Amino acid sequence: MTTAVRTRVVRPHLARDTWHVLVRELKPVLRDPFSLIFSLLQPLVFLGLFGPLLVAQSGGDLAGTLQWFVPGVLVMIVLFGTGATGSNLQYEMMTGSHERTLVAPLSRSSLLVGRALKEIAPIVVQGLAIVAIALPFGYRADAFGLLLGLALLAVFGVGLGALSYALALATKEHEWLFWGVQQSLIFPLLILSGVMLPLDGGPAWMRAVASVNPVRHVVEAMRAQLTGDLGATAVLWGWLAATALAVVGLAVGVRAIRRSS
Amino acid sequence: MHHDTVISSHGLTRRFTVKKQVVEAVTDLSIDVRRGELVAFLGPNGAGKSTSLRMLTTLIPPTSGTATVAGHDILTDPAGVRSRIGYVGQGSSGSFAQRVRDELLSQGAFYGLGRRERTERTDELIASLDLTDVASRSVQQLSGGQKRRLDVALGLVHAPEVLFLDEPSTGLDPQSRANLWEHVLTLRAQHGTTVFLTTHYLEEADRYAERVMVMDSGRVIADDTAAALKADLAGDAITLVLDDETQLPVARSVVERVAAVSAEQPEPRTLAFAAPSGSALLPTLLRELDHHDVRVATATAVPPTLDDVFLALTGRTLREADAPGGTGEDAPAGTAGPATTDTRALEGSTR
Ligand SMILES: Nc1ncnc2c1ncn2[C@@H]1O[C@H](COP(=O)(O)OP(=O)(O)OP(=O)(O)O)[C@@H](O)[C@H]1O
Ligand SMILES: [Mg+2]
Repeated sequence: MTTAVRTRVVRPHLARDTWHVLVRELKPVLRDPFSLIFSLLQPLVFLGLFGPLLVAQSGGDLAGTLQWFVPGVLVMIVLFGTGATGSNLQYEMMTGSHERTLVAPLSRSSLLVGRALKEIAPIVVQGLAIVAIALPFGYRADAFGLLLGLALLAVFGVGLGALSYALALATKEHEWLFWGVQQSLIFPLLILSGVMLPLDGGPAWMRAVASVNPVRHVVEAMRAQLTGDLGATAVLWGWLAATALAVVGLAVGVRAIRRSS
Repeated sequence: MHHDTVISSHGLTRRFTVKKQVVEAVTDLSIDVRRGELVAFLGPNGAGKSTSLRMLTTLIPPTSGTATVAGHDILTDPAGVRSRIGYVGQGSSGSFAQRVRDELLSQGAFYGLGRRERTERTDELIASLDLTDVASRSVQQLSGGQKRRLDVALGLVHAPEVLFLDEPSTGLDPQSRANLWEHVLTLRAQHGTTVFLTTHYLEEADRYAERVMVMDSGRVIADDTAAALKADLAGDAITLVLDDETQLPVARSVVERVAAVSAEQPEPRTLAFAAPSGSALLPTLLRELDHHDVRVATATAVPPTLDDVFLALTGRTLREADAPGGTGEDAPAGTAGPATTDTRALEGSTR
């Protein structure tokens, strides 16, 4: 009754293993896509409650304000969602599930890269959902710009996700430490990115810090891309910032997972 | 090293530093395991069983020492080791967000099984480890025993050459334990799999393992077949109850002459002692006692258990060693024979 399984020797192979890890990570997402929609609650609250405040403050119309605000909300989704994804790995380290994958003949790097790549799925789904929700309120996005924008967010998300996993590996079984570090990084990054309020009126030091904040450049690039201004220098800077973050994030993450095992 | 040696370690040692205190988890583990052997690691909590397995499965590097598993060095070729082994850890192997069937399929893919092969293997393991009803549930929704069965299934998916199992049967009901063993034994019969497991279930080690290694405080303190360990270290526990208290001195001298051991007197009219192959000794002993007109009311010979072996080796029963704070200081002296252990001690540590 037992199928004869050939004894084989499987050597680690980065691309193949990354694919298998990615497929595994995507399974819960595909099985339960509504969980993605539920996690949109927070950005929707921002859109619904913060949006009107912005309208009142700027004195502009709703559509115009959304034009400015929606790209920032998209970045915010990535910042909060993907930024927290390391906690999943941390949880798997506390049970034996991560350990089990470490004994498998998988390339160590694939365990991180596959996970980071998986972040693209929720980013794209949630990004499209937010845009769809904003449409009835007069929001308009350039179709090609939106596509490019999602791609930019994907690159940014892979880097951020990798960093979040690296943080999980570094804080190991100290959940409080993970959240402590994560929260104390995410909020300054968010505020200094000009997602919620324009930074133009802020003090000089704030603008100086913001200018080296990659999130800020991604937000600016998103704003330009979604309005169809694809030739703006902000787009170039945004892509540079996101790519740099992805490269650094993956390098740090791969190093962390290699060291941890 | 024998050419058929599958696991070979030399001076494998692992220290942990916890709050500036050095814990010697495993000290100088030097063992050779031959292909196809079924070895059980037995020992109380904190003995170093899991740490030993974690070193052999490349999860943690040793502080010093070397080992090869299935022909690959754990330090210089960990990937080679991983490609040939299976491992069921002490914790839960399934990711809580994943569904049971999905995890098995992913595991198959990780080990290079083709699409059809992994589907077949997954379905087969789901059926035989009785996971059919929960196959499409997420791991989070499983009971403790169901989780454990999934862990075992995950370790068996790729029919590994060497299988490491860290307390595989903990938390399983008798039926599931029987199924687990059926799987492990089938795998062995078909593939000549080497099985290296840790357990707290004495009768499991006794029944299935060809070789038992007893571990205590980081060291292997005995390594032999269960039968040899019991015969050499414990012996049968013999209890004689006499009709007449006054005949005790005579009876004692007969016992000392026939069995060459000194007997204790745990209760009035009662003599107790342990002797290798005591059951075979009993008829001779009774004849001799009869010859001296000693009237024996009851005579019992109880075969030893691995717990008796542990007691003989360490002066503690496994149950005492496992008890919180049970470091054994308050345990009976090391010379206490198996006659002073009753079967409750065994039951306590096997339930
Ligand atoms: N990661 C770790 N950090 C610090 N100390 C550890 C670590 N892992 C194990 N130890 C210590 O090493 C010793 C051996 O632990 P190990 O887990 O190997 O025991 P065990 O024989 O598997 O016990 P059990 O039967 O309870 O599973 C214990 O004193 C334990 O506290
Ligand atoms: Mg253990």
